[in-house]
Amino acid sequence: MLTNSIHQEAIFIKGIRSTLILAGALMALSVLSLFVGVIDLTPAALFTGNLEQLSIFLTSRLPRLLAILCTGIGMSVAGLIMQQLCSNKFVSPTTGATISSAQLGILLALLFMPQSTLWSRAIFAFATAVGGTWIFVWFIQRIQFKDAVMVPLVGIMFGNVIGGITSYLAYQYDMTQALASWLVGHFSLVLKGRYEIVWLTVPLVVLAFLFANHFNIVGLGKDFSKNLGVPYNVVLFLGLTLAAMITASIVVVVGAISYIGLIVPNVVAMFKGDNIRGTLVDTALFGALFVLVCDMIGRVVIFPYELPIELIVGILGSLIFIGLLFYRLKHGRKAVRLGSPSSSSCSCPVSALEGGEEA
Amino acid sequence: MRIHELTKQYDGKTVVDAVSFSIPKGKVISLIGPNGAGKSTVMGMISRLIAHDSGLVEFEGKDIGKWKSKELSKRLAILTQSNNIQMKLTVRELVSFGRFPYSGNRITPEDSAIIDRAIAYMELEAFQDRFIDELSGGQRQRAMIAMVIAQDTEYVLLDEPTNNLDIYHATNMMKIVRRLCDELGKTVILVLHEINYAAFYSDYICAFKNGSVAKFGTVEEVITKENLSDIYQVDFEILNIAGKPLSIYY
Ligand SMILES: Nc1ncnc2c1ncn2[C@@H]1O[C@H](COP(=O)(O)OP(=O)(O)O)[C@@H](O)[C@H]1O
Ligand SMILES: [Mg+2]
Repeated sequence: MLTNSIHQEAIFIKGIRSTLILAGALMALSVLSLFVGVIDLTPAALFTGNLEQLSIFLTSRLPRLLAILCTGIGMSVAGLIMQQLCSNKFVSPTTGATISSAQLGILLALLFMPQSTLWSRAIFAFATAVGGTWIFVWFIQRIQFKDAVMVPLVGIMFGNVIGGITSYLAYQYDMTQALASWLVGHFSLVLKGRYEIVWLTVPLVVLAFLFANHFNIVGLGKDFSKNLGVPYNVVLFLGLTLAAMITASIVVVVGAISYIGLIVPNVVAMFKGDNIRGTLVDTALFGALFVLVCDMIGRVVIFPYELPIELIVGILGSLIFIGLLFYRLKHGRKAVRLGSPSSSSCSCPVSALEGGEEA
Repeated sequence: MRIHELTKQYDGKTVVDAVSFSIPKGKVISLIGPNGAGKSTVMGMISRLIAHDSGLVEFEGKDIGKWKSKELSKRLAILTQSNNIQMKLTVRELVSFGRFPYSGNRITPEDSAIIDRAIAYMELEAFQDRFIDELSGGQRQRAMIAMVIAQDTEYVLLDEPTNNLDIYHATNMMKIVRRLCDELGKTVILVLHEINYAAFYSDYICAFKNGSVAKFGTVEEVITKENLSDIYQVDFEILNIAGKPLSIYY
């Protein structure tokens, strides 16, 4: 078994290479992003103790970066969990009614508690996001659609119904202005002291990582889970709750950011497969990188003004999504192999074994 | 394992009707019978995948429903008939799930050794890092069985494990079933369509017809012209080859 273990090690190294590249790129861009903005900040000034610059750095630039990272990590991981649990690649916080439910929760908080703090709004958003996601998944499990594409379509419809209720209530009670800030996600209002809820994504993502194998197994179906002693319903509901809480804690702070939860896990899975123990870290890093790049684009295109992140993500995201759809139509779910053609292990003479197997 | 008066109804239609038999430990037991006779339903009920309406499944002296599911998953593994996996997993990742009841999220070096052995048992070394959705149906089936082997349970339940396999791999599959029993002391319960595989490789045969047990006994007791003609409603001839009653039907 010695050769086998060396072989496994080679695969492992190949596996973490992408993680290291993503982490490196994210680190470099993060540092760069700290020094992009209307007011010129320079590293030199920071280190020589320029108090004014330091204060901008601490109250605005750094919080913004942290919020961006948390958003990217959180939304993509929430999408990954939902896709895995529902074993449907098109489910995400956007196409699973989670975001619109969270928005409804925020509106309800604004209606019932006009003086509401960020925290009480967050609690409303948690409750509605979790409830909305549960109802959606319960529904798609009951119906058992033959066609995988039906699931996100139903989710989008369900989300639109909830969005409609939200708009109606906002209109009735003259809250449209107040609500607008949560409908289109943006980072321009992220300041020290009013964004920290988004940090909740970090422990929630860690929790998701600890349960990654449970989510894998539940994604393989009820019988598969039972055979391995995994309580299917419990894990399903815990996982969905986790994804909904992550989403809600982001929506409360920065508003709706679509597509990330849909495309990031799909892009990563094209290269690394669906075992979320192997893809979760890459998905999180790639999600953060994606949001960071979108944010930087939004900040430079009409400098000194900025475009809301949701706009940039929407444009880039829909393009990538169409690309993904075309790729899948053409190649099915065939994996994209990086580097050397396939993982070398398959070059052994197996044709003799394969003969006539397709019978 | 003892099954007593097990009954299951779907929409008022009784599909398994008061089935009773005992499963001898450390043997290979094959369930045979026409399509729709209730074999899969019985397999599902004795492995707690399907709830039964009445009757009792006693596993190691205890009602199967009273077992902790984690404990049970170390003692009894089942591979169902339809397992079309949508997920993009490599063969090795899939087989690793068999260790989940023991090690949860962490694969220990012992687990790795067991996974290697299961992969070797099913002759999947060359494919272990391929994605299962890029394999043929037969290779995928073997990967599923490797997972069940990695689960390392005393009882192994396989619903039509030779489905999708060519003659070489189907025969190998049956030899592996035999080895699981003879070398590792496992009790293997399987549903088979090929009567001759059942006759050649099992110790006991349980023949189903219309939701009931038509015959249960040793291979020689069950595989007779009269029994088979009655169960399948076609004409049979029994030949004695290599000391086993093999059948031809026409
Ligand atoms: N989930 C179900 N709902 C309704 N009827 C079912 C279900 N599962 C099985 N049946 C019916 O029960 C009978 C026995 O099925 P099954 O146990 O799969 O047969 P076998 O495995 O022997 O071919 C069949 O008539 C089948 O139609
Ligand atoms: Mg069956």
